Amino acid sequence: MPVLPADPVTREPEIVFETEDVGPMQARVFVTLKNGVLDPQGKAIEQALKGLGHDGVEKVRQGKMFEIELADMDADSARERLKMMCERLLANTVIENYRIEIGGQDAS
Amino acid sequence: MKAAVIVFPGSNCDRDVAVALHQASGTAPAMIWHGESALPDLDLVVLPGGFSYGDYLRVGAIAALSPIMAAVRAHAERGGAVFAVCNGFQMACEAGLLPGALMNNAAGKYVCRHVAMRVETADSPFTSGYASGQRVSIPVAHHDGNYFADDATLDRLEGEGLVAFRYDNDNPNGSRRDIAGILSANRRVLGMMPHPERAADPALGGMDGAALFTSMVETLS
Amino acid sequence: MSTDPNEIEITPEIIAEHGLTKGEYDRILGAMGRTPNRTELGIFSVMWSEHCSYKSSRVWLKTLPTEAPWVICGPGENAGIIDIGDGDAAIFKMESHNHPSFIEPYQGAATGVGGIMRDVFTMGARPVANMNALRFGSPDHHKTRQLVNGVVAGIGGYGNCMGVPTVGGEVNFDPAYNGNILVNAMCVGLARTDRIFYSAAAGIGNPVVYVGSRTGRDGIHGATMASAEFDDQSEEKRPTVQVGDPFTEKLLLEACLELMATDAIVAIQDMGAAGLTCSSVEMADKGGVGLELDLDKVPQRETGMSAYEIMLSESQERMLMVLDPAREDVARQIFAKWGVEFAVVGHLTDTGRFTLKQGGKIVGDIPVRPLVDDAPSYERPWERTEPRVQLAEADAPAPNDMGEALLQLIGGFDGCSRRWIWEQYDHMVMADTIAWPGGDAALVRVHGTRKALAISTDVTPRYCFADPVEGGRQAVAECWRNITAVGATPLAVTDCLNFGNPERPEIMGQLVGCIAGMGEACTALQFPVISGNVSLYNETNGVGILPTPAIGGVGLLKDADQRAGMAFTTEGETIVLLGETRGHLGQSLYLRDVLDRAEGPPPPVDLARERRTGDIVRGMIRSSLATACHDLADGGLAVGLAEMAIASGIGATIDLPQSEIAPHAFLFGEDQARYLVTTTQPEVILSMADASGVPATVLGQTGGTELTVNGSLTISVATLKDRHERTLPEHMAGS
Repeated sequence: MPVLPADPVTREPEIVFETEDVGPMQARVFVTLKNGVLDPQGKAIEQALKGLGHDGVEKVRQGKMFEIELADMDADSARERLKMMCERLLANTVIENYRIEIGGQDAS
Repeated sequence: MKAAVIVFPGSNCDRDVAVALHQASGTAPAMIWHGESALPDLDLVVLPGGFSYGDYLRVGAIAALSPIMAAVRAHAERGGAVFAVCNGFQMACEAGLLPGALMNNAAGKYVCRHVAMRVETADSPFTSGYASGQRVSIPVAHHDGNYFADDATLDRLEGEGLVAFRYDNDNPNGSRRDIAGILSANRRVLGMMPHPERAADPALGGMDGAALFTSMVETLS
Repeated sequence: MSTDPNEIEITPEIIAEHGLTKGEYDRILGAMGRTPNRTELGIFSVMWSEHCSYKSSRVWLKTLPTEAPWVICGPGENAGIIDIGDGDAAIFKMESHNHPSFIEPYQGAATGVGGIMRDVFTMGARPVANMNALRFGSPDHHKTRQLVNGVVAGIGGYGNCMGVPTVGGEVNFDPAYNGNILVNAMCVGLARTDRIFYSAAAGIGNPVVYVGSRTGRDGIHGATMASAEFDDQSEEKRPTVQVGDPFTEKLLLEACLELMATDAIVAIQDMGAAGLTCSSVEMADKGGVGLELDLDKVPQRETGMSAYEIMLSESQERMLMVLDPAREDVARQIFAKWGVEFAVVGHLTDTGRFTLKQGGKIVGDIPVRPLVDDAPSYERPWERTEPRVQLAEADAPAPNDMGEALLQLIGGFDGCSRRWIWEQYDHMVMADTIAWPGGDAALVRVHGTRKALAISTDVTPRYCFADPVEGGRQAVAECWRNITAVGATPLAVTDCLNFGNPERPEIMGQLVGCIAGMGEACTALQFPVISGNVSLYNETNGVGILPTPAIGGVGLLKDADQRAGMAFTTEGETIVLLGETRGHLGQSLYLRDVLDRAEGPPPPVDLARERRTGDIVRGMIRSSLATACHDLADGGLAVGLAEMAIASGIGATIDLPQSEIAPHAFLFGEDQARYLVTTTQPEVILSMADASGVPATVLGQTGGTELTVNGSLTISVATLKDRHERTLPEHMAGS
């Protein structure tokens, strides 16, 4: 099957499984556009996927993922820190939502 | 007029806007590095176009956290005038000086061309030299000029006459309600995607942006 | 435990993987007096590569004229330099990034633009204009759209972020480029003549300083990697694609220019192809000194990099400098202000050797001179391209409909508007671009003066394929003509010679022929070559590209107000054709796009006539006699008239003169050395032309909303414009 969203030359396609073993203070932040905010890139990718014959594609939204390594701290403080990072810099809450994962577990 | 242009890492229209200000006012503006934490006494602060921090993360997002921005915010809160062009507009939104956000152009491409615009209000220190409803042609040059705000915000902007410029059947980026530039509630901060500094010299293809600079010189001096 | 890569035995396979022949390896043994280790072999292989040593082209490049009274620095440095008066210098060069752009169009094109800008600001110039010359495969080829999208976005992405306007260029589509696109990027910068920086290192003991991005494993050639032999553990596949970081380059530019305003720099060289190797060796060789690097001090992005990897990395946005030790701290502070990495990585020595240390051990030690002087140079066998038979009149019949033929040409992929491309480039930033893309030559003011530089890139590959010598002449002549057509004086060129495999005599013959033609034209037009680049082996499955010696020319307009554009300026002016029309249809766009044939020789270039015609046209523009001017090239007179009408929205009515030339040959023939001018004083133009022995013909008047050639065609300007503008956007929107 042809793959599109990841350019195999510059990026490695990656599928994240819930069970993946991530270090204890490895955090991931996912930033996505809010529903209702137009996502031209997602739209273009959706069209291209359909063009490749993936008829089952209903909708594509593009977002960003940040991998953040934190110094040792408890999960609660880590979550607070990450929320501040999101509010202050990683996401623009006018147009974006964010979701936090710590050690592979949802921590939003 | 005491004016300063803030220079961020990656700014690249700082010189262009300084030249236009110099031509209009007869005085060269101060060029202030973003790492400074204080501003001198100023009538006008300019946030110039460019690619501050390479447009990495989100356009204007990292520049909005530069040390100087606290001083710029204080200047605006005191009622000081801020003229934010292109990347400057993006920073002003990220810094909360103006509502809304600038997103990827709807066509997904960078666009550099003259666009037809309408001056929506002459009631500001930046647009007093125009007539309301005047049609002008000024270049845009951006990848992220697609203005977004929620309906309530847009209704408020329109209701209070804070939309300064609108694309005139020539929307190059998909911005909501064809918005090209907006004013803050006190009308002292203008953010706009088009570059009036590129339309203030007859050799560069038009003088439609010149009135913006002469307006500022007249009203802010 | 990984094996020290330097301990690996040098086998014939490893030598071949490095692109070295047995004979070349023997020369290495001679130069070293012992077997090289792996790092040393890698260093020789890049220094002796086609890219760095010009081994197949050097003997021919030497035949090109490189001097004129206004040339400050010719080929051999990072870029060439000309004197443009008042203490100002223009510094420029063009370079190819063909293969990387085919593999990864966005990053390939972006890093090509980044690299050429570094070549220019390394010498002390602020880049003020970017240009490009692009060749893609057939528009319908399945890869073309993606390649065009990526290359255009990459050029824009880098140049726009740097804040350097991309002011023009050229694009062709031809199936010959299906498997090998060409991305040639040119940069023009401005400096003061007393503030120019060169690469010759000097001062034994002086620090060698590395600035810019950290070194990663980017761009190390896949074939030379043989990663399994480096390490017995499995490892990540290392990227060979270089990723550009225009933001870092912008900071590097500002930091370098700030440092250049002090007297801290002794020598400076950018790290381009073969990065740290090429830059160190060239600085040492030019200065006649030795150079020692401590590789542990080289800023690295990844852990565990071997000496081989550090020396061969092509990570972008890096520079190497030799500093005055007394000013090292000044330099360090400037780079800290801009947030750019700064590291002393070595020093100059009196040993004449290039010495590398890592982990306290010497990991490479090569005499500098032989690395450069013993580089192989080949006189490869070549075959002259068979001359084409003249086109018989019957082979170039008139079209059924002259108007439709014109629409086909201005709406065809080589004749249509390039607006879709150049609107993705910021062509206005720096607020000095006074003639935009789409005209004959771009014009960029010398900031704060009345002067302007005229810049154009040109070559007609189908002419070069049919007759390399004539094609080489024509490329230079057309560039000279485009610069003349805006009113400027052409001063010098940079070249980017793109060819197939030079080991095939017919390809080598194309290279030899094109260089011969270029040389003649450059000499006759006093338009010397001051910098350039050669890109060979542009072949896939034994199919080579069309010979494509792209020429980038720069000219000077002393008073920017004395310029002409190609748009008709007003109604009711007289249109005059200058130069001789013979109706040459061989290799014309008409023959190819309308009749679907590619026969005959290209139009001959008469260099004396070229110069005579151009010189009087320039005079007419400067004295404001000519109100608009356009040179005639692809598609001939009809396309030239249509372009002037489209650019202005003003029509014209034309009567072709009585002649034996068939109307379609008059309209579409591609005879050289011709210009269209408009004027309110046709009698003065005619007498000036007559006095200089230049044929001049009044063709008609501007006015109305249609282009009419009596007896041949009538088309509204709106229709012309629509057909001209529609092609690229519609094609690129397709899937």
